[in-house]
Amino acid sequence: MYFESFDALIAMDGHGAFVWAAYLITLLVVATILVAPRRRQKKFLNQLAGELKRSQSSPSNSGKEVT
Amino acid sequence: MWSFFHKLGSPPWLYSISGAILRWLLPITLLALAVGAVWGLLFTAPDFRQGNSYRIIYIHVPAAVVALAGYYVMATAGAVSLIWKMKMADVAMKAAAPVGAALTFIALLTGAIWGKPTWGTWWVWDARITSMLILLFLYLGVIALYEAFDNKEAAGKACAVLTLVGMVNIPIIYKSVDWWYSLHQPASIKFTGDSTIDSSMLYPLLLMIAAFYAVFTCCLLMNMRAELVQRESRTNWVRKLAMQGRSD
Repeated sequence: MYFESFDALIAMDGHGAFVWAAYLITLLVVATILVAPRRRQKKFLNQLAGELKRSQSSPSNSGKEVT
Repeated sequence: MWSFFHKLGSPPWLYSISGAILRWLLPITLLALAVGAVWGLLFTAPDFRQGNSYRIIYIHVPAAVVALAGYYVMATAGAVSLIWKMKMADVAMKAAAPVGAALTFIALLTGAIWGKPTWGTWWVWDARITSMLILLFLYLGVIALYEAFDNKEAAGKACAVLTLVGMVNIPIIYKSVDWWYSLHQPASIKFTGDSTIDSSMLYPLLLMIAAFYAVFTCCLLMNMRAELVQRESRTNWVRKLAMQGRSD
């Protein structure tokens, strides 16, 4: 490891605030783009499952499936 | 060969194969990101002139490289959907835009943060930086244009045309540091000739570039899957998926 102490790692000879801010913001953005699509998909599928269950209980909507 | 292209046009096949790829690609991506970041932050020597601020290179350069590569992916998908009317290409084009926008944003923002201690300013209207800003607007433009149309087919066509016109910007970004010599430094990694970066700094950088390519691929596939289930919501395979209550 290059830095001799934890404090030196945080300070980075005065550049710490810049380096850590850049890495932190990158982490947040990357985490967002990795999590968002899966969340969107789950939400949509749950919604669809709810609609399908409702239409199954009311027979007027059956027979609309498209393959 | 042709059967492969035929399968590529099949949403359920694409959905299941992308799920299989993501199952191993996603953990590898996260591992590579973690190893690369720790390597660059903790185990490399500071730059002779820039000191520790240069450590931003391990996210700035990969984000910028992949933001550009992502534009090729989006433009290729746009061209394919325009010429051969392939629906999956349209899905890929739409899926690439937000990922490319996020990576361009990272490149610009980390560049600004790096510029402050190195150049003494957050921002200059230098050719490289300005052309990257235009790249961000192109990505955001595609997202906004897609949302602006009610007719998804017309939206796809308009976006494909926009991405192809925007290709003009790509060689300008590449060549900007050579054509207009200003604050932004020229490329350190060269495919021909010696790189002007020490190998102890080059290896973690290459690892991070690979990791960012993997992030792009993962996000592209996940966005495509989310888009696929929405477009195909009236088909049996998506309904089955919804009733099973699982998304992989």
